[in-house]
Amino acid sequence: MNDPKPSIDEASDGPTPASSSATEDTPLAEVIVVTSGKGGVGKTTTSASLAMGLAKRGKKVAVIDFDVGLRNLDLIMGCERRVVYDFVNVIQGECTLKQALIKDKRIDTLFVLAASQTRDKDALTKEGVERVLKELGDDGFDIIICDSPAGIEKGAALAMYFADRAVVVVNPEVSSVRDSDRILGLLSSKTRRAEQGGAGVEQHLLLTRYNPERVAAGDMMGVNDVKEILGLEVVGVVPESEGVLTASNSGVPVILDEASAAGQAYADAVARLCGETLPMRFTEAQKKGFFSRMFGG
Amino acid sequence: MGLFDLFRTRPKNTAALATERLRIIVLQERAASGRPDYLPMLRRELLEVIRKYVNVDPDAIDIHVTREGEGEVLELSVALPEKPSAPPAAVASDEA
Ligand SMILES: Nc1ncnc2c1ncn2[C@@H]1O[C@H](COP(=O)(O)OP(=O)(O)O)[C@@H](O)[C@H]1O
Ligand SMILES: [Mg+2]
Repeated sequence: MNDPKPSIDEASDGPTPASSSATEDTPLAEVIVVTSGKGGVGKTTTSASLAMGLAKRGKKVAVIDFDVGLRNLDLIMGCERRVVYDFVNVIQGECTLKQALIKDKRIDTLFVLAASQTRDKDALTKEGVERVLKELGDDGFDIIICDSPAGIEKGAALAMYFADRAVVVVNPEVSSVRDSDRILGLLSSKTRRAEQGGAGVEQHLLLTRYNPERVAAGDMMGVNDVKEILGLEVVGVVPESEGVLTASNSGVPVILDEASAAGQAYADAVARLCGETLPMRFTEAQKKGFFSRMFGG
Repeated sequence: MGLFDLFRTRPKNTAALATERLRIIVLQERAASGRPDYLPMLRRELLEVIRKYVNVDPDAIDIHVTREGEGEVLELSVALPEKPSAPPAAVASDEA
């Protein structure tokens, strides 16, 4: 947590001409992987909102869908009809990176790189991924968010390999917590930073689908339980929220729904990722009347 | 939650139970990730041998590799059942 890391704010010196020898001295973008092991915990929802939130703060952000064969990020970002080329096309040299980057209609420093819907996972290669990340850095991107697929196989392994930081998305539920621990182990062994033996990947926990009422009732593990089991600080707690479904229905990252609890919680998480200290919200149970308790209001 | 659930008695505080179970399994798995690859095999084979004589549970065997000074020590502990039951079946042959 407290390792000196290339902070988000230092990364934007603009493009430097790429020299053939240089892989380290060009302005590398900061790579953040959003990962979890388990599927359906909220990685894509989180990737979309973090990318949007960071871009709204003035960062130049690319968000990449690594879920080859199960493309979804484009839908959550609301750009599905503008996908012409995808990540695999770029890696295979079938188009340029510029052709494949989809510019967000709302914030012009935000770009989406869609996953391929048709290819199989083997289309991704370590060299190819590295090349794309480097090219994004050369093009002046500050931050690259990698939306990992579920599992620990190739797609997930590649999504985390080049990461500087990791946001491990976890639901307060036994299988998700256990899978997260597995992912934490891989982050500290199977990544470039781990292999280089330096500071390692900076790791953050993000709890999602949190239900404070159920925590209060003793039906769901609380923030502190999960924090203690995994031994990591929590960068955000996103409550289970109706806003997430309405946002995904309309192709709007939920962080833009400032009225929803989830949107506000993601905004807080973005602020914390940028180094701000904020109190945790939405972790306390609301007082509810008899009827809403009965009918699950 | 339906009306019916309000009057049904539910198991109390399953979250605490989940926390406890996770604490144990996570510790175990973290310890496992740093140790030699042959340990799971060794554990399985030891279990088979021990079960020829005593009917122990699969989780009755605990294997650790610990550092002691320069070297490493393989520690094995086997919890025996309280009421020893007969071994599964008399071992048929010794060679095989
Ligand atoms: N905070 C939340 N509240 C309610 N539903 C959520 C929340 N976060 C995610 N979801 C829902 O959970 C499902 C899985 O989310 P997704 O982001 O696609 O997960 P993953 O990418 O990890 O598979 C989606 O239907 C999404 O709308
Ligand atoms: Mg996903």
